Amino acid sequence: MIGIEHYVVVSSILFVLGVLGIFLNRKNVIVILMAIELILLAVNINLVAFSAFLQDLTGQVFAMFVLTVAAGEAAVGLAILVIYFRGRGTIAVDSVNRMKG
Amino acid sequence: MIHTIAFYLFAVMTVASGAITILARNPVHSVLWLILAFFNAAGLMVLVGAEFIAMLLVIVYVGAVAVLFLFVVMMLDIDFAELRAGFIRNFPLGILVALVLLAEIVMGVGAWQVGALKLGTPDGTGAAPVGASNIEAIGALLYGRYLFLFEAAGLILLVAMVGAIVLTHRRRGGVRGQNIARQNARRPEEATINTRPEVGKGVNL
Repeated sequence: MIGIEHYVVVSSILFVLGVLGIFLNRKNVIVILMAIELILLAVNINLVAFSAFLQDLTGQVFAMFVLTVAAGEAAVGLAILVIYFRGRGTIAVDSVNRMKG
Repeated sequence: MIHTIAFYLFAVMTVASGAITILARNPVHSVLWLILAFFNAAGLMVLVGAEFIAMLLVIVYVGAVAVLFLFVVMMLDIDFAELRAGFIRNFPLGILVALVLLAEIVMGVGAWQVGALKLGTPDGTGAAPVGASNIEAIGALLYGRYLFLFEAAGLILLVAMVGAIVLTHRRRGGVRGQNIARQNARRPEEATINTRPEVGKGVNL
C-alpha cells in the first residue's frame, strides 16, 4: 500500500539530488539552474502529496504558485546567462564575482 | 496492486532521471532527462488525483521551461568539457552536503512518524466540495479565496517577462530605426515637394 511516506521519500531524494547537482556542477550555470528546477519539483511533489493526504486543496494551489515562480526564475536566470555569455564568451560562474563592476 | 506498480515505476523513473540530469556530461542530455523527470513527476501527481497540477507541470515545464533551456543550451557555443573540470574536486563536499541533508530529512520524517506536532485543527475551508472534479475545486478556490494571490502570480510572470526582454534586448549600431519624435516634428516647409514646372521656366528653390 502506497502511503504519504513513499511520496515524502521520493521528494526528499529528488531534493537532495538537486542540492548535489548544485555542488557537483559549480561551474556550469545551466546545470545549476536545472538543479534548482529539480528542487522546486521536489517541493511540488511534497505539496501535492500532502494536499491529497490532508484532503485540502490549498496545497495544490500553492504548488501552482511555486510553478509560477519557477517559470519566472528560469526565464530571468536564462536571460542573465545570455547577457553574461555575450559579454565574456563563457558561462563559467566561478569568476562571476567580477560582475560587481 | 496496479497503484503500487505505477507508483514504483514513476518514482524510480523520476529519481533515476533526476540523477542523470545532474550527472550527464552534455547539458542537452541533461535537459532531455529533466523533461523525463517532469513527466514522471506528473504521473506521480496523477496517482493522488491532482490532475490539474500534473497537466500544468507537463504544459509549463515541458512546453515552456525545458524548451527555453534547450534553446539557450543550443544557442550558446560553450566548451562544456572545460566546465566539468571541477567535477571530481567538488565531489566529496557535494556528497557530504547531500548526506547531511538526507540525514536531516530522514530524522524529520522519523520524528513526524512518532507523533506529529499538533499545530491546530484544519478549518476545512480548503477541503474539496463533494462531487466536484479536481479542476472545478481548484478553480473555485483560485478565483475565490486566493484571487489576490492569483493576480500576484500573474504580476510575477509579467515582471519576469519584462525583465527577460529588457536584459536581452540589444541595441545594434548602424541600423536605421524609426525616430518618432523627428517624424512628428517635421513641417511641410522642410519636406521634399513634387512640382511640375513648365518648360523653360525652371524651379524656385
